[in-house]
Amino acid sequence: MSWLRPKDDAQPWRGPYAPYDLIKELVIAVCVITLIAVLLTILFSSPDEKPSTIAQWSRQDPINFVATATKELNGTSATAEYGPPYNHKSASVQHFLFLHPQRWLGVSHPINTRYDYVIGPLQTVTADPALSAAVAQYEAAPEAQKTAWGEAYAKPLEEYEKATAAHKTPPSTVSLDESTGAVTVHPSGDAGPVPTMMAGLLNLARSGGLDGTLLTSDQFYQTDYTKPLLFLADGGLLAERAEAQHLLGTQWGMMNETGSYPGQTWLWLYTLWYQVEPMKSSPNADLQVMLIMAALSLLFICIPFLPVVNRVPRWIPIYRLIWREHYRSQGVA
Amino acid sequence: MSAVPSPDPTVPPSRSWTVRLRERGVTALPPEKLLPDGQPTYVASWIYVFGVASIASLIVIIGSGTILALKGPAWWHYTGVGHFFNSIHLWSVELFFFVMVIHLWGKYWMAAWRGGRGRVWVTGAITFLVAVPCALTGYVSQQNFDSQWISTQAKDAMNATGIGSFFNVTNFGQMYSYHILLLPVAVVALVIAHVLLIRRHGVVPPITLSQRIGSSTASTAPSGDGGPGEQSTSTQATS
Amino acid sequence: MLSASHGALLGAVFNLNHPAHTVDWEFIHLSVANVVVIVLMVVVFALAILLPFPGAARRAQARKAAAGAVGVGGTAAKGGGPTIRTDGGPQ
Repeated sequence: MSWLRPKDDAQPWRGPYAPYDLIKELVIAVCVITLIAVLLTILFSSPDEKPSTIAQWSRQDPINFVATATKELNGTSATAEYGPPYNHKSASVQHFLFLHPQRWLGVSHPINTRYDYVIGPLQTVTADPALSAAVAQYEAAPEAQKTAWGEAYAKPLEEYEKATAAHKTPPSTVSLDESTGAVTVHPSGDAGPVPTMMAGLLNLARSGGLDGTLLTSDQFYQTDYTKPLLFLADGGLLAERAEAQHLLGTQWGMMNETGSYPGQTWLWLYTLWYQVEPMKSSPNADLQVMLIMAALSLLFICIPFLPVVNRVPRWIPIYRLIWREHYRSQGVA
Repeated sequence: MSAVPSPDPTVPPSRSWTVRLRERGVTALPPEKLLPDGQPTYVASWIYVFGVASIASLIVIIGSGTILALKGPAWWHYTGVGHFFNSIHLWSVELFFFVMVIHLWGKYWMAAWRGGRGRVWVTGAITFLVAVPCALTGYVSQQNFDSQWISTQAKDAMNATGIGSFFNVTNFGQMYSYHILLLPVAVVALVIAHVLLIRRHGVVPPITLSQRIGSSTASTAPSGDGGPGEQSTSTQATS
Repeated sequence: MLSASHGALLGAVFNLNHPAHTVDWEFIHLSVANVVVIVLMVVVFALAILLPFPGAARRAQARKAAAGAVGVGGTAAKGGGPTIRTDGGPQ
């Protein structure tokens, strides 16, 4: 396989050897690294920002919670419109030229946002006949009616969120009772049972029941947090916390850690591509960046075989410093 | 003179797989080559300690990680001792990447792939590239806000490439399994291969100063470092 | 159950649990902690290359011993390894 072997100038060493205790060196290295790690631990400890729960979200920002839940019901949330691996929509499906790997690998973790985030959890509430009747009414209605009800309820919430994001005075069609945490929405049309359902879901969330239901809906034991995480991510709470901690993509957040701790510094090149065009404004940025990094990683592995790249160390002679004792011993300047 | 008897060419190879594997192993890496007590005199720079520092960091990572695994993933959130070991685990990871990248820089500027050592570079590079997702799976296994954010962000890159269909960063159980077993095993296996290849080929000799780029003139330097190289096959002679 | 406080310090000398300061230049935004790590790496790399490595006397002795041994069969420095060739030919 000599074509794999780069041409080089290093013959086997036939020169002198000096004693060198590798095992002692390893033991010393382990002791030194342990000491440094313990010292850093004593000096700085490590971050542990508590996770957000759906209960907290529903209490801290009930309007955002209700707005997100409405989108889940209507199938207009980021998760609902995502595409594979959650569903067959396409809002977040990326491609590059003829490569459509997201489509090719398919829906492997199906999520039906209407049922998983709203109807299913509400059906676990049995002690509220008005709520049960509202859910039954919604389920029995034709799809067009469901859409009409949902949109009528969603419209004022969307206007509220737009106004808040633009730091303008939000419309009075959406209001929050600070003492009870209840959200009142004046729909733009007939919203049918949707207001009752959303009020019921908000109560369930505030009690902590929604956190539990989203995890254990299929089985008792669960280690897959996909459903509650996607629901949280559809809302604004995680992003709000992330921005405060400089963790957003635009803040080079991939490299960062909560607080003032160093993060994954080694991701610098990965995150850098997201900051430059065309990736910066492309809907296919993730796939583009991953492909770039895959190509660069392959080149990195193949450095010994790359022309020019494998010659640079000779042209920039840092090696003269590294091996200066050896060169001096040979009488070479 | 070689201290390892070469297999007698007149005797047909053994039918025993065990014997054949052993003979291959011992021929490639006799004990004094596997654990030499000397190094060439050109091994005379602090840059050389960053390889062993990377291994040392990996040992501390695995040690602290083992203690965390003994008590389960929730332990470190509610006890001081648990948090202490989690901190050691985090800082040893930072140290690991710190020293490993310096090791990489050193090896690049030494053109350490020379003399048939291409596979040494390749295994080292792949180790780095496998360590990155190993760290990522750790970050998403923390079960705190950091995990929530990193997993809900990283999922988009995974999904866009189709990887998300079988590698779900929001699935704690899967990520924890990758983090404490599958990826560490891969990293350790790669490091072992990397070190065995270094033992086999020896530490790369210095670049010959008389050598011009592309020259085929053999150097007459007594160290024997010159001319187009072949794979090192010599075993170290002992007195 | 969760007795640890927000971002549990538990004995840390320096509290790093506050939003990071950043170094901003053009489109680059790096946290101070990450900049410190990167700068330290460059500094340590430079020091590793520049600082003298211990054992110079031992290595000089090994070179001397190898140079003093003439022809085949000369003993290498204590610790093993082939002798340095002085006849210029392959082994």
